[in-house]
Amino acid sequence: MTETPNLVAFTPERLEKVKEIIARYPEGRQKSALLPVLHVAQEQWGWLNSEVMDYVAGILSIQPVEVYEVASFYTMYHLDPVGKHVIEYCRTGPCCLMGGEDVYGHLKQKLGVEAGQTTADGLFTLKEVECLAACGWGPVFQIREQFYMNLTNDKVDQIIEDLSK
Amino acid sequence: MAKKILTEHINVPGIETFDVYRKQGGYTAVEKAIKTMTPEEVVEEAKKSGVRGRGGAGFPMGMKWGFLAKPEGVPRYLVCNADESEPGTFKDHHLMKSIPHLLIEGMIISSYALGANKSFIYVRGELMYVIRILEKAIEEAKAQGFLGKNILGSGYDLELIVQPGGGAYICGEETALLESLEGKRGNPRNKPPFPAVKGLYQSPTVVNNVESIANMSWIINNGGDAYAAIGIGRSTGTKLISASGHIEKPGVYEIELGVSVEEFLNSDEYCGGIRKGHHLKALVAGGSSVPILPAHLIMKTANGEDRLMSYESLSDGGFATGTMLGSGGFIVFDETACIVRNTWNFSRFYHHESCGQCSPCREGTGWMEKVLHRIEHGHGSMHDVDLLVDISKKIEGNTICPLGDAAAWPVASAIRHFRDEFVWHITNPHEATQPGAVYRGEMELA
Ligand SMILES: Cc1cc2nc3c(=O)[nH]c(=O)nc-3n(C[C@H](O)[C@H](O)[C@H](O)COP(=O)(O)O)c2cc1C
Ligand code: FES
Repeated sequence: MTETPNLVAFTPERLEKVKEIIARYPEGRQKSALLPVLHVAQEQWGWLNSEVMDYVAGILSIQPVEVYEVASFYTMYHLDPVGKHVIEYCRTGPCCLMGGEDVYGHLKQKLGVEAGQTTADGLFTLKEVECLAACGWGPVFQIREQFYMNLTNDKVDQIIEDLSK
Repeated sequence: MAKKILTEHINVPGIETFDVYRKQGGYTAVEKAIKTMTPEEVVEEAKKSGVRGRGGAGFPMGMKWGFLAKPEGVPRYLVCNADESEPGTFKDHHLMKSIPHLLIEGMIISSYALGANKSFIYVRGELMYVIRILEKAIEEAKAQGFLGKNILGSGYDLELIVQPGGGAYICGEETALLESLEGKRGNPRNKPPFPAVKGLYQSPTVVNNVESIANMSWIINNGGDAYAAIGIGRSTGTKLISASGHIEKPGVYEIELGVSVEEFLNSDEYCGGIRKGHHLKALVAGGSSVPILPAHLIMKTANGEDRLMSYESLSDGGFATGTMLGSGGFIVFDETACIVRNTWNFSRFYHHESCGQCSPCREGTGWMEKVLHRIEHGHGSMHDVDLLVDISKKIEGNTICPLGDAAAWPVASAIRHFRDEFVWHITNPHEATQPGAVYRGEMELA
């Protein structure tokens, strides 16, 4: 599992980045920074617990509830602990036409978990997502910023092995 | 080879860098616009080009720009819609990652035309690597004096900001996008007021798709009239088509609007035909939201005319026998595809993506998914088919934004054209639920 956030503060580099983001928007519109800042927070802590969200609210001078309602609306923010690698696979039509259901079935079997679950060693969390704008290169999944495309069972095996090292 | 406006240089090695892009004639359109044209003249060229919004609705871009309110002392905004989440659509992704400066150049020209000094590119958050590519391109353009203060000594200032989304299809709807850009949930706004009057931060705003804006460099270099001379009728210019599914060569292709569907599907320049040994069963021509068509209505319209890749020809026959060009998400199904399963899959998508504001959409998409799920899994009843049609009618037209329509159309059209296949699932539940089972009854393939 990613470590639970306890000492809630951005690293100096990330705090610098956050300040830069906030400065982009017109005077009084710092709330616009919320989505990008939550991405930075998730990059640091892996997921967003209420302490992290309260901290972000403080930085942007908005109410904590304004952060909760946003974090819970968008699918990219994890509100529960996740494994080291979150595998987000596309379950939408075009990827399924390209054999997605079989490949994802293989992936689940290999990891021994279903969508929404984390492997016992804390290495992998599986997450089912909708179309990732890569339909011609499906089946596809994403791990952090990286896209893995034209997936086959063999490719899946290779990727999991590489990441398990 | 057909005319290429957006992708002519896309395969040049290093085209993602400023230097290579510039060598290929990049940023000359910015120079021309800012040094020799007034903003009004740029808007005029956009109008003359007839270019229509490439995000799905096909509204003429120049006309939209003409509606922008210009009250004294109030900032105006240009927001580029790079949320690209419509299933079957991946052209903006391809364009931005391959040739980012084309979008940056278009943003500068368009912002200048609209009098915007701060413009945004709202990119779906999953494409964080593309955001980094765009940010790098912006830094390069800034270092060369094409962005920032006093661009090319003209006195015109522009700051470009790339904003990540958080994962939500609804944020592609322009007013939901603006809410999201303000740091809120993506709930579409009631209209009026339209964004042209009250948009981002309650200021006049234009929202345009990536591809729409990327056309501006060519339009300025060659003139709106030259652009309008390409294509067919009111479908001017070229269009990026995202081709996926059961074809030999999935990918993004730039077509001249008006090429026949048959040529697009079968020629080696584009899709390369249905994958070997298989036959065309159905097509979704414009992204998951548009009506699905059966094989016999794809190459020819109901009147027997050649069906063309244009706004008009694809919608020929209305929803009874036609569809829409939409976002250009061209999804091809061969005889191994199960229409019921795909319809259930799409309905699950819309249910998942409904923002939940309007009851007909929030509840209706859930019911459609549930009913389709039970038909697909062998528990449907004959009454369910008409029930689905009934639910889709109750959603359509009864919601704040068009997501409701987008959810209703795929279901209604699948039943309109493939009713027998639904009935087969209901009357043969055992057979229909075998792995890989597909209806093989009376059906025209091509
Ligand atoms: C549910 C929904 C999703 C949409 N998604 C997108 C999208 O991902 N990208 C896009 O450009 N337009 C999308 N649109 C259309 C936009 O609302 C808007 O019409 C478009 O961005 C305007 O730009 P254009 O005129 O250049 O096409 C969507 C509309 C709806 C109703
Ligand atoms: S359907 Fe999987 S990326 Fe679009």
